Amino acid sequence: MSMRNDADHAALLARVLKRQSRLGLAVAAVFVVVLVGLPLANMFSPASVEFKVGGFTATWLFLGVLFYIVTAGLAFVFVNASNKIEDETIAEYRGKAKL
Amino acid sequence: MIPFLFVVLVTVATVVIGIVATRGAKTTADFFVAGRSVSVGMNAAAISGEYLSAASFMGIAGLIMKSGYDALWYPVGYAAGYLFLLLFIAGPLRRFGAYTIPDFAQGRFDSPSFRKIAVIFVLFIGFFYTMPQMKGAGVTMAAILNWPYAIGIMVVGTVITFNVAVGGMKGITLVQAFQYWAKLFAISVPVFVLAAVFGSPAPDSGVKNSVAGLPTVASGTTVKVKGSAAFPANVLATPVGGIALVFPKGAEIEKIAPVRKLAPNEKLDGLARPSEIYGMTVAGGGAEGLDKLKDVKFLPGTRLTSVPIPVLVDGQPLMKDGKPVTTTMKFEFATPTEVRMEAVDGSPDSPVAAPNAPNDKAWEHPFGPLTSKHGYPLLYTYSLIIALVCGTAGLPHILVRFYTNPDGRAAKRTTLWVMVMLGAFYVFTPLWGTLGRAHMPELYANNTTDAVVIKLPMMLENKLLGEILSGVTSAGAFAAFMSTFSGLLVSMSGAFAHDIYGKMLRPNATGDERMKAFKWAAVGVGVVSMVLGLFVETFDIATMVGWAFAIGAASYFPLLLLGSWWRGLTSTGAASGMLVGGVASLLAIVTSMLLDKKILTMDVSPLVRSLLEQPAIWGVPLSLIIMFVVSKLTASQIPADVDAKMLRLHAPEELGMSKNYE
Repeated sequence: MSMRNDADHAALLARVLKRQSRLGLAVAAVFVVVLVGLPLANMFSPASVEFKVGGFTATWLFLGVLFYIVTAGLAFVFVNASNKIEDETIAEYRGKAKL
Repeated sequence: MIPFLFVVLVTVATVVIGIVATRGAKTTADFFVAGRSVSVGMNAAAISGEYLSAASFMGIAGLIMKSGYDALWYPVGYAAGYLFLLLFIAGPLRRFGAYTIPDFAQGRFDSPSFRKIAVIFVLFIGFFYTMPQMKGAGVTMAAILNWPYAIGIMVVGTVITFNVAVGGMKGITLVQAFQYWAKLFAISVPVFVLAAVFGSPAPDSGVKNSVAGLPTVASGTTVKVKGSAAFPANVLATPVGGIALVFPKGAEIEKIAPVRKLAPNEKLDGLARPSEIYGMTVAGGGAEGLDKLKDVKFLPGTRLTSVPIPVLVDGQPLMKDGKPVTTTMKFEFATPTEVRMEAVDGSPDSPVAAPNAPNDKAWEHPFGPLTSKHGYPLLYTYSLIIALVCGTAGLPHILVRFYTNPDGRAAKRTTLWVMVMLGAFYVFTPLWGTLGRAHMPELYANNTTDAVVIKLPMMLENKLLGEILSGVTSAGAFAAFMSTFSGLLVSMSGAFAHDIYGKMLRPNATGDERMKAFKWAAVGVGVVSMVLGLFVETFDIATMVGWAFAIGAASYFPLLLLGSWWRGLTSTGAASGMLVGGVASLLAIVTSMLLDKKILTMDVSPLVRSLLEQPAIWGVPLSLIIMFVVSKLTASQIPADVDAKMLRLHAPEELGMSKNYE
């Protein structure tokens, strides 16, 4: 690894922080909508979560089973996107070093 | 006897696996962070194994049985917390390359004094989390073998202290991974068998003989009710469907009161007399002091018949939806008492509604007894979610495991797999709760729904199969206490040996000396944990775990979130936020507990009561705001090399900016 100047490091830091934090906040936003939305739906639209599937109400089924699949799905999307950002960061940084 | 054999089997397996894994533990890094070489699959299983504690294995199923839908938020929050950990903390924390969380605290801010505060929080949260594990061990051994409470604590405490002192983090990683799979087996296989025998576990299909929407027990069922030391678990609320309570050996009642909280203008229909209170009649043995409704004594053989009591307003029946409003009475037992539940008509074939059970509607629908108890269900639900989600991302004994991964990417993949593994476990807990409600509602009567995973298999007609399945769940419960206690012990021993001994007392100590300090710290922390466990027999497991989560949510979570992403955070800002947020949350929870136990008696509005019991909704923002404001005021303390530190946290390892402690 060649020595890089402070300006390069500052630029690298700003870019990494910006891209990773945007990704994290985007995924968190989806998650927060689910976390905030389900109690609100239960409170203000009980009929919408009342219909039954195999003896369970939809809201039981969602919170008891589907929620885990949704969060694992969000985690999967995040890990892949975050790793892609890291790959691109490494390529960009090494590319600049060769110039 | 069979459950005991299963417990012995899992304990022996734990010791043997620990010894085998320990052979490779030779260096300081092995002891503190397992040589930073744990694979994704192994670390994910180990983290899941460590995380699934007594509260998860026994408490969640019991809480779902007790409170219904609202309790589903507990496992969801426990698992979902890892998403926040993944999004904002796991990767950066690993890249910082520390040994302990206080290392991060000092290294990020160049502040040795901040390390001291961080260490205090590690120990504080650790001991709070240890106590419920110890209680779980004592209670389980008491349930399956009738051992004294202290013996279960000594067995679990000694086995785990031995494993940790001998092998450190490296020794327990394999043990915890094994224990995850043992727990998954124990929570899943028995419930499949039970569902196959009992039928559908759907919430509305199991309760066949409900009376007034309540699950029923067979007339003649006997339970042992707890005494006043276990308050509020010593309360028996009679059901609206009517019940006769028989006290074969007599009973001492501290207080009798209506279940409905009467408004100032409401009265009960009837009189309190020595032989009759509000329509409840006494036969057999007899009663003393019944008219005072306090310090009542029922003589052996007394049969007390409870029926719904009309509520009057200005002498007229209170009506709602065209029907008279009624209530029943609840009893607070002074001493442990045997109670036989019979149908009012005395027929052995008549079903009896289970005392203390919520009705089907309150149980199956959102905003039931758990979240509505203080009248602010939405607020309570959100605060609970925040505590669980942020608390998970603020538990030092879990966070330290991320240092065992080889790099930041592995830490992120590990977190993803932890979420999958936890989901695979938690998805079975509602099935236990629903089957327990349908087939063993007597657990409501003496407030022992926590034991549903151990006791429900005993309801099978094939007694041998029931014993075997109960043995499997008992072994799973044991694995739960052992794995969580292992992690706590490593985390706290690390804090003593690395942070206090190696960094504060003897900074020039060699690796060997720090390893020795780790072993001695493990023994010391193990002994203290066992002693603390002896004092918490009457405390609720979920409550004690809740304390640890609330403190973690308002202290470590804000520190790690802002410390990883905001270069403007200063040590004074971080310390102020941690202290104020963590201590204020702790005080709120302790106040709530003292109010619950009636040690503290003062009038508190329902809103304040909700906020005291679930402080995360204000504790976490308070901590974040204080960190932000104080950091702005002390901006001159921002380390000169803050950019290098931030790069160490965020730049991929391939760029050579991350650094591991040696």
